[in-house]
Amino acid sequence: MNVNRSAAIFAWMLLAPALIYVIAIVAYPLVDTILLSFTDTALKKSVNWVGWDNYVRIFKSGFEVIILRTIVWTFFSVSIKMIIGVCGATLLNAAVPGRAIFRVLTMPPWIVPMAIGIFMWGWMYNGQFGMISGLLQRFGLVDGPVAFLAYGSTAFWATIFTDVWIGVPLVTLYMLAAIQSIPKDLYEAAWVDGASRLYRLRRITLPLITPSLITISMISLISTFNSFDIIWILTRGGPSGETTTMIIDTYKTAFGSYKYGEGSARVVLVAICLSIFCFFYFRIVNKLSASQER
Amino acid sequence: MIDKYTWYEKIGIYLGIFVFLSFVLSPFVEGFLVSLKPLAQLFSSPYSFWPKNGSFDAYFTIWQTVPLLWLYILNGIFIAGVCTFLGLLMIIPAAYALARIEFRGRGATLSGFLMVNMFSGAVLLIPLYRLMRETGMLNTYFAMIVPGTAFILGTGIWLLRAYMLRIPRELEEAAFADGASRFYTFRRVVLPLAMPGILIAGINCFLSVYAQQFIYALTFNSKSEFMPLSIGLFAFFGRQEVAWNELMAASFVGITPVMIIFFFLQKYLVAGLTAGAVKS
Repeated sequence: MNVNRSAAIFAWMLLAPALIYVIAIVAYPLVDTILLSFTDTALKKSVNWVGWDNYVRIFKSGFEVIILRTIVWTFFSVSIKMIIGVCGATLLNAAVPGRAIFRVLTMPPWIVPMAIGIFMWGWMYNGQFGMISGLLQRFGLVDGPVAFLAYGSTAFWATIFTDVWIGVPLVTLYMLAAIQSIPKDLYEAAWVDGASRLYRLRRITLPLITPSLITISMISLISTFNSFDIIWILTRGGPSGETTTMIIDTYKTAFGSYKYGEGSARVVLVAICLSIFCFFYFRIVNKLSASQER
Repeated sequence: MIDKYTWYEKIGIYLGIFVFLSFVLSPFVEGFLVSLKPLAQLFSSPYSFWPKNGSFDAYFTIWQTVPLLWLYILNGIFIAGVCTFLGLLMIIPAAYALARIEFRGRGATLSGFLMVNMFSGAVLLIPLYRLMRETGMLNTYFAMIVPGTAFILGTGIWLLRAYMLRIPRELEEAAFADGASRFYTFRRVVLPLAMPGILIAGINCFLSVYAQQFIYALTFNSKSEFMPLSIGLFAFFGRQEVAWNELMAASFVGITPVMIIFFFLQKYLVAGLTAGAVKS
């Protein structure tokens, strides 16, 4: 009993720095956001408690469109990342000469500052002189220049495409690690029984990587939902708000119009959406950490 | 034998890898070619992929156009480095406690740390801005270091804990049985054994801060001398005409140092994924 007690005290001593830091820099600001969301805090000196006014105003201004747009944006971005990532991991797992170097070549989008990669995409999407529009014209797929970022529909997909590009290396390498952790004898047994390569992929690889696929898609879901840099650098939420996701929307409200109170209310709504994801995320994480300890 | 491919399978695999890597690397290839093209060629139709009269001029002129470029590069590395150092100081003891000591509330604490990841990026910008203003940290390095450090703790603890779970307990128990104090055991027995795990966690922390400095630097700092690379170069977009060739040249110069360091450490990066991803 005494030993347990001193062990517990020691554990909390070790945890204290990280806990205190998180409370000060994450938990306290979170509480502050909730309180601010019920006020009209802005650049002016006076601050008034306004109750649910901010929330009422947000939902009267067509907020559901932004929620829906964010969900669609996140859904397509995450799904495309997963599809390309699993295909990429399968290819990079193939025992062909040069695969070590191919694996290294997958990483650059992940290790350069995100903004730098986005600058490059900004040029490639340029309508008049950019590479994508230029090549499409060259091959006769379009008649004139396509200014991808100037129209809502193309800008929406252009930002998704860039988000996919940034996320794919992590998903690919994560899934590659998952594929490599599958015991080799499973494949050999199937091979001896005459199972084809495709059959082995479908019946051994895919079922066994599903838990990892769920984990990485949850991680990816959160970072995609919170994605700011890509849209801000490429379109600033435009044209006419058509790439404004919830995060971009809070930023515009708070740091574009200096409405900190209303901006906080929008953040609270983001946090509610995130908590719903969170709920599912932790059910998975708990299962995983239990299996780690085994 | 099992890994033998027929010739058409090989062609299929290489073709697939080619398409995949083209997608991943095309912005870098195009960016590099842009950096070689004179502006007049960039702003001319029809589009041409290869530079005509290409030159490395932009790599020399950027030092005049962006006089603080070297400082931006160093700032980016410095901020990520300090975040990693501070982060590790908190991550190492916390990961050890969560990996080794049985106590009430352990699972909840681990979940709590991971939950921090939900609020990274732009979510807490408003209260953090107020916090920075009240503590006088706006427009200093701290404005970027303090929030940056907070959002690496969760992943760092998760990775290092996973590594520590795999270290055999016997050595610690032996030291403990010999009468060593808990703290001595932690410092002299556990830390040396966990070094590779610390390296893995450190590299992952560094890269995640390094890649995601944009938003805090954009919002909390307006002083050029503290700007990291991404924000320093973002200023190109404020000008009349974006000098894309110089922007790309500056980007390539800027990312080179970390690219080189990374090249030597990439196996630890991949090891981090394996440790966090897959059950042992």
